[in-house]
Amino acid sequence: MTNQWNDIQFSDCVLAMGSNPASNHPISFKYVTKAIERGGTLVSVDPRFTQTSAKAHIYAPLRSGTDIAFLGGMIKYIVDNGLYNERYIKFFTNASFLVNPDFKLPGENNGVFSGLSGTKYDKATWSYQTDGAGVIKKDPTLRDPNSVFQLLKKHYSRYNPDIVSEITGTPKDKLLEVYKEYAKTGQTGKAGTIMYAMGWTQHTVGVQNIRAMSIIQLLLANMGVAGGGVNALRGESNVQGSTDYGLLYNVLPGYLKTPVASQQTLKDYNEQNTPKTKEAKSLNWWSNYPKYTASLLRAFYGPNVTLDEAYSYLPKLDDGKAYSWLDIFDQMYKDKFTGFFSWGQNPACSGPSSNKTRAALTKLDWLVNVNIFDTETGNFWRGPDMDPSKIKTEVFSLPCAASIEKEGSISNSGRLMQWRYKAVNSPGEAMPDGEIISDLFYRVRELYEKEGGPGREAITKLTWNYGPKRGDGKIRHLDIHAVAKEINGYFLEDKTIDDKGVKKEFKKGQLVPAFAFLQDDGSTSSGCWIYCASYTDAGNMAARRGTKDATGLELYPEWAWSWPVNRRIIYNGASVDPETGKPWDVEHPVIMWDGAKWVGDVPDGVAPPGDGRPPFIMKPDGVASIYGPGLKDGPFPEHYEPLECPIEKNLLSPQFINPTAYRFDVNGTDMDLRATCDPRFPFVCSTYRVSEHWQTGVMTRWTSWLAEMQPDMFVEMSVELAKLKGIKNGEKVTVKSVRGEVQCVAIVTDRFKPFIIGGQTIHQVGIPWHYGWVTTAMRKYAHDDKKPEVFTFGDSANLLTPFVGDPNTMIPESKAFMVNVEKKGVK
Amino acid sequence: MDVSRRGFLKISGAALAASGIGISLKPVSAYAQPLKIKYAKQTTTICPYCSVGCGIIVSTQNGKVVNTEGDPDHPISKGSLCSKGGSIYQLSVNKNRLDKPLYRAPYASEWKEVSWEWTIEKIAANIKKSRDESFKITNDKGQLVNRAMGIASVGSAAMDNEECYLYQKFLRGLGLVYIEHQARI
Repeated sequence: MTNQWNDIQFSDCVLAMGSNPASNHPISFKYVTKAIERGGTLVSVDPRFTQTSAKAHIYAPLRSGTDIAFLGGMIKYIVDNGLYNERYIKFFTNASFLVNPDFKLPGENNGVFSGLSGTKYDKATWSYQTDGAGVIKKDPTLRDPNSVFQLLKKHYSRYNPDIVSEITGTPKDKLLEVYKEYAKTGQTGKAGTIMYAMGWTQHTVGVQNIRAMSIIQLLLANMGVAGGGVNALRGESNVQGSTDYGLLYNVLPGYLKTPVASQQTLKDYNEQNTPKTKEAKSLNWWSNYPKYTASLLRAFYGPNVTLDEAYSYLPKLDDGKAYSWLDIFDQMYKDKFTGFFSWGQNPACSGPSSNKTRAALTKLDWLVNVNIFDTETGNFWRGPDMDPSKIKTEVFSLPCAASIEKEGSISNSGRLMQWRYKAVNSPGEAMPDGEIISDLFYRVRELYEKEGGPGREAITKLTWNYGPKRGDGKIRHLDIHAVAKEINGYFLEDKTIDDKGVKKEFKKGQLVPAFAFLQDDGSTSSGCWIYCASYTDAGNMAARRGTKDATGLELYPEWAWSWPVNRRIIYNGASVDPETGKPWDVEHPVIMWDGAKWVGDVPDGVAPPGDGRPPFIMKPDGVASIYGPGLKDGPFPEHYEPLECPIEKNLLSPQFINPTAYRFDVNGTDMDLRATCDPRFPFVCSTYRVSEHWQTGVMTRWTSWLAEMQPDMFVEMSVELAKLKGIKNGEKVTVKSVRGEVQCVAIVTDRFKPFIIGGQTIHQVGIPWHYGWVTTAMRKYAHDDKKPEVFTFGDSANLLTPFVGDPNTMIPESKAFMVNVEKKGVK
Repeated sequence: MDVSRRGFLKISGAALAASGIGISLKPVSAYAQPLKIKYAKQTTTICPYCSVGCGIIVSTQNGKVVNTEGDPDHPISKGSLCSKGGSIYQLSVNKNRLDKPLYRAPYASEWKEVSWEWTIEKIAANIKKSRDESFKITNDKGQLVNRAMGIASVGSAAMDNEECYLYQKFLRGLGLVYIEHQARI
């Protein structure tokens, strides 16, 4: 989230699209309700009439996978009717930048951007025009036909309400009602926000869904202001934190890039990753990149290993190759791994194409499964259609501590890092994850110290200074505060730093007060630079419980701590007029110039009024990107059909699907099946969640209070479809895709309605994904224990989902695929 | 009720004993008497489910959770919790929690209870074997890559920040490149 949960109340229009906050982030709805009480409107756009829709002023249905068509139509509406904030886009975005005249839009190039070769783009024509000095050419009048603004206008001129309605199935009057309502937030002083979730990310055009909305937010001057922003409702309590800490193949902590093989030295790595700019006024914050690299390497290997040596230890990816979730299970299925950790996760139910995932697990020599309850992953060897006597995999099930049985921090969707305390011990021998990791580290290190092995130093020289040590050099127990401090970072030597003209002295061993003080020479450490300032000489910021609210915007700057540098609304430098410094919204100013400095939230990127510094300082050119040439599938979002869809062509262009989608079905394995426009699978299907369960149900299925409320896997369908198939409410049915099937209870409701797409009637169904075959029936209990009744029934929705991903994020397309629904005994 | 719960964390025992704190405690303490949390220790936590980050007060007595409820001082949730947040009592008080390391040998049809020491030793030996067998100092182009290709990891957004940091530090020290978690799906 660019903003915070409490901030949603300042919205004049809340758009919930690709999300269902009333059901899935229930307490967030407190602030949607407040926005409504303040006179704001709620708009819900969803294939299904959800709990959020029930509270909305406007509900507009749309077919899964057609969000770009819907939003593209909104961009056209805003541009055609002059409802954008011209000053905002001129100063704060790349709207005035001039693009290479050879660049071609899909409308004039058979549905694709210029440069497509096979499944990849050569982006040469996507570049900007530059002058002799390399500065990007601009037209402040936004009239040049090659300007980003004119290209945007031209591109979305094709997205007229008639064609959009035909693609999305949204009635034209509803489309226009939504466009009109949301576009009002472009008025000065008004703000609109977007609440989105996996309904936008889990598509082969996932990134472009969000890009389309980002463009709208920029056109309407909604970025950086109270009640605005682009807000991802993240699905897990700490998925923001786990992402920040680089538990992904492509990023190290703090979004530093994982080194690739062509970056053989630290110098190469820093040079290639440190952006340069010729824009005179741009701050280009990432020019500090080498400081964060050096500090991370120090946190990994300490001051006794040179930075170059430490860099050489880091594993390097092959250039241009992905090692994503889909790759992991594809490689595993192809027998490429011997060992696998499934830590606090349940891939046998959570990943796409569960049958492929489950079969892949049988190819491993060993699997370590860490969880608080039994999972389908740990028990895969005795799952449906598995014969344990034929499965070689050694499996370790490690019991870990629940959240209230250990101490540490988590970061919510609004980047708020909050501390949790230990209330009780774990049951039996269960241990905190951190202790398990620490024990494993010591044992592996010992083996390498004794026996040696390739890449020995990478593990033996790793620092592990998290508490007082025993005689054998190991820590007595893991001091989680010591880890939190290493993440913040230390001065490793005495240092004098010039801070805006003031000399500041720091002593060796002192905690670094903020990332602006991190150094590239190895004199500082920081395990995750964006969290530098979270644990300082002033203490553990995440544990703070102050509730002062000086701005009246419920920013609560003394409650816990928010990255970066305790800023609560990022991009807030764009909340004020670029020349006068006057807030766009004088009633809810996020920052204000008091004559000498900015007051309010921690200012973001902004210099004194009139200085001319563009405030999007994480972008090399300092401005937000209406035109985004960095992506793999095009600088503007373009509508393509999902890999599996109910119609035979893209009604907008000759290009059917995203040509760059991350696919496995072409020359894939026997598990990589695709069935699009296939009469065997005529219905669109989407997965979703219910309030009472969470993810694969790995915690909630074992919690009787919750499981009893939602015991059964179900499929929700319209009255019309039920009639067509002769299905009654409550009947057992089978939902099938080309990849698998799952038993469900039919729920026949008015919440789904058939769509008219390109003149034909299209049905959509929905299934929750919280279920799995492991139940209390499989657990062993002590003699005196009353064995609990079986709480839940059914298996994973992911038995049906396709193994295909977005080209940029490689997130699978779980929100739009094709199925059939069959009554028992009736085909 | 509301006043006393709200005040609980702010007001220390000493302050409670002192007079003149501005609110009458009399009817409140009378009401609070039968509450099961009267002699309980209270700690704060943040809900482990969705990403709103709601505050929860956990009451424990004799090492057992006796109550969990919304934290009224929490600026986001202000005491509210949804069905999931309201159920975390059952994450602790639950017969179904895994409480011992378990091992399933190749081709076996049962789990076997094992000790932590044995488990850690065996996993470490497995890691070393898989790593050594699959470790690539250089790639096909002869570039230095220092990576272990035979092991993959997924997880976890269910861990604390500090644990996520430790985990990736350990995995990168091992040379893993196949490192993923919930954020990708």
